[in-house]
Amino acid sequence: MTGSMDLPAKGGFSFDLCRRNNMLEKNGLKLPGFRKTGTTIVGLVFQDGVVLGADTRATEGPIVADKNCEKIHFMAPNIYCCGAGTAADTEAVTDMVSSQLQLHRYATGRESRVVTALTLLKSHLFRYQGHVSAALVLGGVDCTGPHLHTVYPHGSTDTLPFATMGSGSLAAMSVFESKYKEGLTREEGIQLVSDAICAGIFNDLGSGSNVDVCVITKGKTEYLRNHQLPNPRTYASSKGYSFTKGQTEVLSTKITPLKQKVEVTEGGDAMEE
Amino acid sequence: MDGFSKSIGGGGPNVPAGSHPAGGSQAAAGGGATQRTQYPYVTGTSVIALKYKDGVIMACDTGASYGSTLRYKSVERIKAVGKHSIIGASGEYSDFQEILRYLDELTLSDHMWDDGNSLGPKEIHSYLTRVMYNRRNKFDPLWNSLVIGGVKKGPKGDEKYLGMVNMIGTHFEENHVATGFGNHLAIPILRAEWHEDMTFEEAVKLVEKCLLVLLYRDRSSINKFQIAKITTEGSTIYPPYSLKTYWGFTHFENPAQGAVGSW
Repeated sequence: MTGSMDLPAKGGFSFDLCRRNNMLEKNGLKLPGFRKTGTTIVGLVFQDGVVLGADTRATEGPIVADKNCEKIHFMAPNIYCCGAGTAADTEAVTDMVSSQLQLHRYATGRESRVVTALTLLKSHLFRYQGHVSAALVLGGVDCTGPHLHTVYPHGSTDTLPFATMGSGSLAAMSVFESKYKEGLTREEGIQLVSDAICAGIFNDLGSGSNVDVCVITKGKTEYLRNHQLPNPRTYASSKGYSFTKGQTEVLSTKITPLKQKVEVTEGGDAMEE
Repeated sequence: MDGFSKSIGGGGPNVPAGSHPAGGSQAAAGGGATQRTQYPYVTGTSVIALKYKDGVIMACDTGASYGSTLRYKSVERIKAVGKHSIIGASGEYSDFQEILRYLDELTLSDHMWDDGNSLGPKEIHSYLTRVMYNRRNKFDPLWNSLVIGGVKKGPKGDEKYLGMVNMIGTHFEENHVATGFGNHLAIPILRAEWHEDMTFEEAVKLVEKCLLVLLYRDRSSINKFQIAKITTEGSTIYPPYSLKTYWGFTHFENPAQGAVGSW
């Protein structure tokens, strides 16, 4: 465990812990479950740039873990990335590539290109052979124009005019396939993306809550967080709940004064010793 | 062993190793627990249907796949039943043919009563639900998802009916139904755009929209569709035709333009 650790990791999946994990599993250890985002994420190219959209529900099996999470991640001021799959994986991989892009911007002095983010993501995911469960929709506008790509957990990518990923991808894709055309305006693009996400929200159990939209054009990015809230929580009264005294019947009252359990040492430094 | 048999079969359905592909239900080899399992061999893909002003419209493609091979390209998966209904099926085609035989016997014996009454779509749906559920309970299912639509005069005038039964006996009635991949790709469109009392042209346009999405995104669909409608006048099954597909997006022309070396 000494001396031989001087060499830096050469890349590739590190299999060091595999034997230990197998042994633990054989002895009955249950591996912790993954929090999947069970998602609908979409992107499309319109005449001036790219529109990305995502729902905001994060699920842990059958339970909604986060009602309003953010699935559109920042990569660069002109590049954003939607993530589906295991929440930790999408967060970590987009954070990592975002930092790498920042360092690259400092080194080159230029605006980041979408293909740079794409190559960094796909080479990282391929190295981990699909174990990093991140399915991404990457979109942005750079000096070569608007670009939209999908990245799969095993590291393959597609370049498309419109794309959907996640469990609600079929519902969203049905909306895109029937309504997408080239040269959409900004309003049409946002409307179509919202329609696709809403199709995912209402027809897929893994997606729900609200619609996030991100519009990227040359020189300007607009992140419309909670652009639509199609699942409002409706209270019986507009002021919410109010519990007046006497609404709940008091059966018995017992008051137990707390005993002082902490000994306060007067003077001197308590942290000494 | 599995890989060897796959290469010989060449595109046939992936039957798990150790089972004898005798087709249809298999009796147990020797005593012990009788386990009759089935694997679908020749399968049809989605069927979609919706109610419109004059009755019910149903559509599907005319392909039947043998595993991952597109074996038959001119298969009629929608048939008329009696005077008042049409039935469409996805799943194992031979089981559909068997179901049509059962329905033939049913309509024939009903006709022999000669009492002026004929079986309506509700009755046929109920009969098929019983058949499917009972077969499932015997672990010998008919591997289909059936869509039954029809119009029949009821106490409140002409009543349109559209229902679905699947291989485990789940059955329900709705204004628009879809089987197979149609559940994921067509139902979102139908839920958003269906409304009461559509005209025939509107209904056909909506159905074609769904069929086009299925053609693009379902690998076992083909570009040859049949539409059928049923109204008080009777059933009409139109001849097969194709839809126009669009592949002219600029991004499709040179996808690696922005990312050299990617695909």
